[in-house]
Amino acid sequence: MSTSSNAAAVEARGITKRFGPTVALNDAGLTIKQGETHALIGRNGAGKSTLVSILTGLQRPDAGEVRFAGEAAPPLADRDAWKARVACVYQKSTIIPALTVAENLFINRQTEGRVINWRAMRARATALLDQYHVDVDPSGLAGDLGVEQRQLVEIARALSFGARFIILDEPTAQLDGPAIARLFDRMRDLRDQGVTMMFISHHLEEVYEVCDSVTVFRDARHIVTSTVVDLPHDALVAAMTGEHAVTYEAKPRTVDADAEVVLEVRGLNSAGRYHDVDLAVRAGEIVGLAGSGSSGKVGLAESIVGLRRADSGVITINGKRPKPGDVPSALAAGVGFVPQDRHHEGFVPLLSVGENATMPIAGKLGRFGMVSPERRRARARTMIQELDIKTEGPDQPVGDLSGGNAQKVVMARALVDDPAALVVINPTAGVDVKAKQSLLGSVEDAAQRGAAAVLVSDELDDLRICDRVLVMFHGRVIKDVPRGWSDNDLVAAMEGVSHE
Amino acid sequence: MSDRQGRRASTLPKTPAASANGSGPAPALAARPGFRLSRFRDLTLVPVIVVLLIVGSFIDPVFLTMGNLTNVLQQQSALALVVLAEALILIAGKFDLSLESIVGMAPAVAVMLVISTGDGGFGLGLPPATAVVLCLLIGALIGAFNGFLILRYQLSAFVVTLAMLIVVHGLHLGLTGGKSLFALPESFTYLGSAVWLGLPAAIWITGVLFAIGMAALGYFRGGRSLYAIGGNADAARAAGIRVERVVLAVFVIGGTLAALAGILETGRLGGISANQGVGWIFMVFAAAVIGGVSMDGGKGTILGALTGVLVIGLVENILTLQGVPGEWKQLVYGGIILVALMISRLAGGRAQD
Repeated sequence: MSTSSNAAAVEARGITKRFGPTVALNDAGLTIKQGETHALIGRNGAGKSTLVSILTGLQRPDAGEVRFAGEAAPPLADRDAWKARVACVYQKSTIIPALTVAENLFINRQTEGRVINWRAMRARATALLDQYHVDVDPSGLAGDLGVEQRQLVEIARALSFGARFIILDEPTAQLDGPAIARLFDRMRDLRDQGVTMMFISHHLEEVYEVCDSVTVFRDARHIVTSTVVDLPHDALVAAMTGEHAVTYEAKPRTVDADAEVVLEVRGLNSAGRYHDVDLAVRAGEIVGLAGSGSSGKVGLAESIVGLRRADSGVITINGKRPKPGDVPSALAAGVGFVPQDRHHEGFVPLLSVGENATMPIAGKLGRFGMVSPERRRARARTMIQELDIKTEGPDQPVGDLSGGNAQKVVMARALVDDPAALVVINPTAGVDVKAKQSLLGSVEDAAQRGAAAVLVSDELDDLRICDRVLVMFHGRVIKDVPRGWSDNDLVAAMEGVSHE
Repeated sequence: MSDRQGRRASTLPKTPAASANGSGPAPALAARPGFRLSRFRDLTLVPVIVVLLIVGSFIDPVFLTMGNLTNVLQQQSALALVVLAEALILIAGKFDLSLESIVGMAPAVAVMLVISTGDGGFGLGLPPATAVVLCLLIGALIGAFNGFLILRYQLSAFVVTLAMLIVVHGLHLGLTGGKSLFALPESFTYLGSAVWLGLPAAIWITGVLFAIGMAALGYFRGGRSLYAIGGNADAARAAGIRVERVVLAVFVIGGTLAALAGILETGRLGGISANQGVGWIFMVFAAAVIGGVSMDGGKGTILGALTGVLVIGLVENILTLQGVPGEWKQLVYGGIILVALMISRLAGGRAQD
């Protein structure tokens, strides 16, 4: 059914885009034929989002050109011309919840004339929704729509501008299985109608299910473009990961197989996050949790430390069962943790290094609710030294420190009470190489001192310090990988590509 | 792979979403097009108003007379205009506390520009007829200044307009020396005191402006864009709405309406006291919020705000007729606002923001 035009529907050539010192795209490009469903694959930071904003005319490339159906792209200011050529369904919702579906479809173009004729607009909305078989009531409030219906409304709206090329930016990230299947059916329908699509996903399996061809980006560069048939799983994973130099040498350690189980999780469930998770970590052991963004690994770790409440299941720490969803109770049981987002849950930027680092043990630094500033400073100095925090001293506000040093303060807070169980979530996000090494080193030191550690990370390099890595996929632990894995094995497991 | 397929099958019944071919059972949302409860959400205060009318008629035979009800409407017309202004600003997702100071300051300064020094003016000798226009202009300028500070410097609307509330009122006190102005040009008191076709002009003016507000926010792109901006400013921008321009316009309109409210109030009372407008903003917010306008932006209607004003006005009238001592009025007043809030919450069925 695709049109037999020679010109590619979309062509991006030699695109380079810099943001300050960072090169987001380096002479990269891609070509999508008319009527094709094309996957764009790459790990975080590969340059996918930058390419999307360039293809939708939101950003201007520093070099290179974009052509639609053989014609040069319109000037950036001409939004209507862009909308007529390319439509995008972003990860972030662009729906206005308090307005009806119909009005959302025709926002700021409710009418041709001056006065809005609501009946006519609803009729247009109904026609548009019918055309794309979207079974949603146009008079309902858009805020009442589920994620799936909301996406369908956004797709219909995108197409209503006349574009025959749609970008779907991780549309499956928030959908469950049946909804994904229905989305794919719809994408096939659209393809039959001659619509060209670019599909972004972290799930390689989905690429094989719905796409004709695939382009892989890595480190801001174009790596390969191929039809999906000619690029088997292994080759795709290899293209994504490339040859990574190991940046951190894990210290050689052995775990005593008879060591006591300090942290134990049994049958833990949280609807929509993870299901039936069992986990046992021995004293001195570091267990990694790996998986994609929707794998539930962060939710699991947050449940262990009490930031979230699991629906059912038992968490035992050091023989105690902390109250579910209660951080103080988890801390009392002997947990120390580094939360996912240090700016959000990690530190109070206006408070000093000393106060932040000793927050969990404030009660031990004095009597009757008093905190002795001298004892706090002394304790903080020890932590500053142990973790090699670059600061003027314990009284400097954490907000003044660099990202890596602020993260060390968060790590200090986790370690200050000598935890029996240490839970660390993405400890190296946004920190430089040196800080990364020292942060990972302190996790290893804690394990050496006998702590049971859980390390959740999106970075394969971080996971190298783990004695074993549990791979999670869509909320379940699907693999237990011992030390000595290769990048390809782990990524394949994380993306849900099975090798059986 | 098998794991995933298994999950698909097991979660299937939970999803009330549209089926792939569009011929499946309609989702929960798709209701009968004829009757829709949400359409009447604006009118949740109507039962409250009916109850107040009934209660009022039992309490005092004077209550339900044409004269008394006209009186209620006239007394509330100035407050109603400020509520209209605040509703527009709240729907666009912003905030303006300084409106109450404009109600006093704009008429005072406008009048001082045209009257002689002996009467407490500046003695500039401007033609008295220009006072009305000057007053509206002052209101518009203050609104524009608020909008400018909030948009240009990305300041919090709450804090900016709180400061402006104090600044504008301070200017009023400073310029008048805290004295009331009584030597008003006739043209200035006309709108607040005239009677057109048997009803006070103030009621006509307020009624017409509310009708324009309802039409603009219901049937015009510019008006609808307030909801888009208040609901999700980024999405509004992505849809091509000039967010900053619209917000600035809303602040200017708000300031102008508050100045007009000041003119009506001045005409009704025949003088401008140093306290004109002071303390109104609490009533304004109470009326807007019990009328269903969300403090978080993007929700509410002008009609709803109007019902809020009516509730406040009727309560005040009943309290006056009952001879409730002034010292106790505030307490009864606040209590009744809380009750009205709860009733509108129950009737509306949604959490209030």
